[in-house]
Amino acid sequence: MDDLLREFIEETNESLDVVDVELVKFEQEPNNAQILDNIFRLVHTIKGTCGFLGLPRLESLAHAAETLMGKFRDGAPVTGEAVSIILVSLDRIKEIVGELEANEAEPEGSDDDLIDQLDRLSGVGKWAGQGTSVVDQASGGGAEAPAADVAEETPAAEAPSEGEPAHEVYQVLERELKAGEVSLDELERAFREADGPEDFDVAQSAKEAAEAAVADAAAQKRLGKVPTTKAPAEKAPVAKKKKEEPKAEKEQKSGGGAHQSIRVNVETLEHLMTMVSELVLTRNQLLEIVRRHEDSEFKVPLQRLSNVTVELQEGVMKTRMQPIGNAWQKLPRIVRDLANDLHKEIDLVMIGQDTELDRQVLELIKDPLTHMVRNSADHGLENGEERVAMGKPAKGTVTLSAYHEGGHIIIDISDDGRGINTEKVKEKILKNELATEAELDKMSEQQINKFIFAAGFSTAEKVTNVSGRGVGMDVVRNNIELIGGSVDLKSIPGKGSTFSIKIPLTLAIVSTLLVEASGDRFAIPQLSVVELVRVQNNSEHKIERIKDTPVLRLRNKLLPLIHLSNLLGIDNKGETNDIELDDNGFIVVMQVGAQTFGVVVDAVFHTEEIVVKPMATMLRHLTMFSGNTILGDGSVIMILDPNGVAQAFGSHVGTDVEASTEAAEKEALPEEQNTVSLLIFRAGSPEPKAVPLSLVTRLEEFEIEQIEFSNGRDMVQYRGSLMPLVQVNDFVQRRTEGSQPMLVFSDAGRSMGLVVDEIVDIVDEQLNIEVSSEVPGILGTAVIKGKATEIIDVGHFLPQAFEDWFHRKEMSDEDLLTKKLLFVDDSSFFRNMLGPVLKAAGYEVTICSSGSEALSVLERDPSYEIVVSDIEMPEMNGFELCEAIRRQPATRDIPIIALSSLCTPAAIERGRQAGFNDYVAKFDRPGLIASLKEQRIELGVAA
Amino acid sequence: MSNHHMTPELEDDSVNETIQYVTIFISGQLFGLPINRVHDVFVPESVTRVPLSQVEIAGVLNLRGRIVTAIDMRKRLGLPPHEHEGSMMAIGIEFKEESYGLIIDSVGEVLDLSETSREAVPSNLDSRWADIAAGVHRLDRELMVILDVDRVLGDMVTTGVAA
Repeated sequence: MDDLLREFIEETNESLDVVDVELVKFEQEPNNAQILDNIFRLVHTIKGTCGFLGLPRLESLAHAAETLMGKFRDGAPVTGEAVSIILVSLDRIKEIVGELEANEAEPEGSDDDLIDQLDRLSGVGKWAGQGTSVVDQASGGGAEAPAADVAEETPAAEAPSEGEPAHEVYQVLERELKAGEVSLDELERAFREADGPEDFDVAQSAKEAAEAAVADAAAQKRLGKVPTTKAPAEKAPVAKKKKEEPKAEKEQKSGGGAHQSIRVNVETLEHLMTMVSELVLTRNQLLEIVRRHEDSEFKVPLQRLSNVTVELQEGVMKTRMQPIGNAWQKLPRIVRDLANDLHKEIDLVMIGQDTELDRQVLELIKDPLTHMVRNSADHGLENGEERVAMGKPAKGTVTLSAYHEGGHIIIDISDDGRGINTEKVKEKILKNELATEAELDKMSEQQINKFIFAAGFSTAEKVTNVSGRGVGMDVVRNNIELIGGSVDLKSIPGKGSTFSIKIPLTLAIVSTLLVEASGDRFAIPQLSVVELVRVQNNSEHKIERIKDTPVLRLRNKLLPLIHLSNLLGIDNKGETNDIELDDNGFIVVMQVGAQTFGVVVDAVFHTEEIVVKPMATMLRHLTMFSGNTILGDGSVIMILDPNGVAQAFGSHVGTDVEASTEAAEKEALPEEQNTVSLLIFRAGSPEPKAVPLSLVTRLEEFEIEQIEFSNGRDMVQYRGSLMPLVQVNDFVQRRTEGSQPMLVFSDAGRSMGLVVDEIVDIVDEQLNIEVSSEVPGILGTAVIKGKATEIIDVGHFLPQAFEDWFHRKEMSDEDLLTKKLLFVDDSSFFRNMLGPVLKAAGYEVTICSSGSEALSVLERDPSYEIVVSDIEMPEMNGFELCEAIRRQPATRDIPIIALSSLCTPAAIERGRQAGFNDYVAKFDRPGLIASLKEQRIELGVAA
Repeated sequence: MSNHHMTPELEDDSVNETIQYVTIFISGQLFGLPINRVHDVFVPESVTRVPLSQVEIAGVLNLRGRIVTAIDMRKRLGLPPHEHEGSMMAIGIEFKEESYGLIIDSVGEVLDLSETSREAVPSNLDSRWADIAAGVHRLDRELMVILDVDRVLGDMVTTGVAA
């Protein structure tokens, strides 16, 4: 392509962007002559250059637009209609320029439609003569609505511009710095930092450093070339100079103080960056050499070189940074058009445009940001009437703000609209089968709202041309996550919603933790490192194993572990497949999404800010690494990709390990993670009822003929003896033929049949009794498989079959003295379930729902003869409780029985160590009674 | 954009053309690389291993600020590893705008050889060699196998992606 043409296209695109913004501003401040001048000048330049290059289509369109703007300058009223037409014309110009860029020629076509309208408004051409009346008309009747718009929108535009006058001036006088452009100040500084060639005489005299000096000199030469760009010679062609002139004029007018800048090619910058990196490496080499020769005369100049290099590096890094305002530039126009399309009044407030971030990141967030602002304006804000009805100002506000927060930049997009309708989100989730109703029930509103980021989700009822075009928030989220950022949202119904984007300042520079495994160093991005744990044999953190799988107990959670060497298959020792994890080492606790895991490394060095370089194509299939880099000491290091590690973690650790980890988690976590097998049945009513399966001995069906009536109750012959039958309630349908289903409960040779209507299912569910019951025989109600289910109290029915069910054994023990028993369980189900059982066993039972409660009860009254405690309890678990009881002299000798739903040999051993006298499975009621008896006998003997 | 400079390609094989070759030794065998493909000759130092990568990849190293992927040519040719790893050399190559280093035993000289004297790869040659050889030159004392750089590296990229 012709250089001149390319220059023109670049410049025009830039000017058009500025004009876009300025015009929207102008519409709101029609009296600001400076803005108008600026727009006029830019359009004029475009027109002039078009004529020069022979682009008639562009020229005539630009000319027509310029004429209309000239009218404004002469004092014609500025109307919304006129501005709209100019904006449309600008869009057309952009289209044509786009084509021009692709085909190097103006596309065929006519712009008469637009030119005609522009002419009509400016009253020239065939409209000459009647023009003024049209303008008058426009300003009078027809354009009333837009005019009102303008008046109301004015404060909106003022707010941001007031906030940062510097930006304003800079924008007016100059175009914005484009991607990859560097401000003059920055460049000037870089030159100052770079030492003159005389400094390198030193290096030249050192034989070892000769090569390095050549490289440096080359760098100098390149640097030296850049100043020439300031003179028009190399980089600034004629067109540029032309543009410079009116600028200079302007600067004088507004009293100087303007930001000076020149345009520098991105490649030049990248190259500069590389050369600086090289300089750093060479410097490091020189330092190394000097270190070997104690009192070298190079020492001082080298120190100086070193400092300068650091500053130079920082300066060059800084050239990559750009204010985020650059990414927001197009938004005022977009919001203006949107407001028109949607017939809403929208105020766009922008805060923190000066916040700087890497140009690469800037490019990547542009689109997601635009989409989110559109979304807020379209879905978030209500229309005027709705707002007024809700007592809000008719004009909605979308606020964009950006600020730094610890190596990140946070961008908030908030609106004062209706907030997210969680109910609608729910409906949509169910409709799209993104989650089940049961799952939704367990989620907080926040969690449900987050589903709007799920793939294929759009809550807008009708698809407008503004948003809801298939690309949804999922795309936004993906794009943001791609650059290592995250999105969050807060929403208050009726008050509005806020989306928060958190992104790294730069993609190029990542803060990493350097670690070592099998003699190789690796860099782990700090973002995903949660904490470092030092494990030692004698410290509180040690590596434990479940079936050879290493895990770490970390604050009541079990963390799966893997050695980095195993993960990467770099086992130097070559003995076994897996390196034995010795019990001394470092664990890097990493979090990726919801997954948390520990990576064991041999050593941890320090953190280092590194410049990420992409890997060679040949290595790109390695998901474990995201890139590589050159460290300060000149060696290359591989950067671990946390996502890849997380993935590999799952597959490497394998399924059996996952299962055991799960089991381990069950053991470690309190009851809420525990599921109980429940038998679901119906009896007397359509609502399901349930009983823990472990209490049920058998499920039986008896032929009706087999049921006999004797001694005032129903009986069946069952295994050689008579089994009394009890109905759950009076409404149970007694069948007249066929067979009757029942649940059989047996204990010590005695059985009871509980007559039910129908056995429905056996499910594994967490059991949380939410509503306790007053009805005898019902413990309460729990949600099982999404349905309210009554949990029946077996303890209530057993005595109905045999009045002495609970008493008889104890009756035979001649001592009828009641013994005081303390029963601790955090689950209301088991408290309700076992409390009566224990009472029936002849104890005076005190029930506590937590370990701490139990301890305070014991402190007040240490005369309890036995303690029965659950193991899995929040805050203080059974082991801890037991240890605490054993520590107190007053309670040291009280027998304690552990009650747990998990009876593994390891757990039992742990129980013994903690000081439990016995360890009984939770549903093993006979076992518990037997154990109680045993303890009493032992106690009796001891006493 | 305009001063974008192209990697020099192999000369058109017009019959009378001579091509300059850099000769290298790998496990006693003489190989030739077209000189216009050779960017550097350097001693590979502090090579960082890349776990899980193809076996032929010796690792990555820093060559004047560029990260170079080092290819172990012995492994690439299915040869046993070198006994004196310290004395190895590397040839810097640009391939698809990326830097590679072919690790070899030693570098010989530069030879001007006529295209006419180039002969086809013998059909009974080990397929691993035949795949990356562009021909053979009969020199006075020995045979020189011409390495086809694009295939040496190109095949690895494809297998890498497939793996």
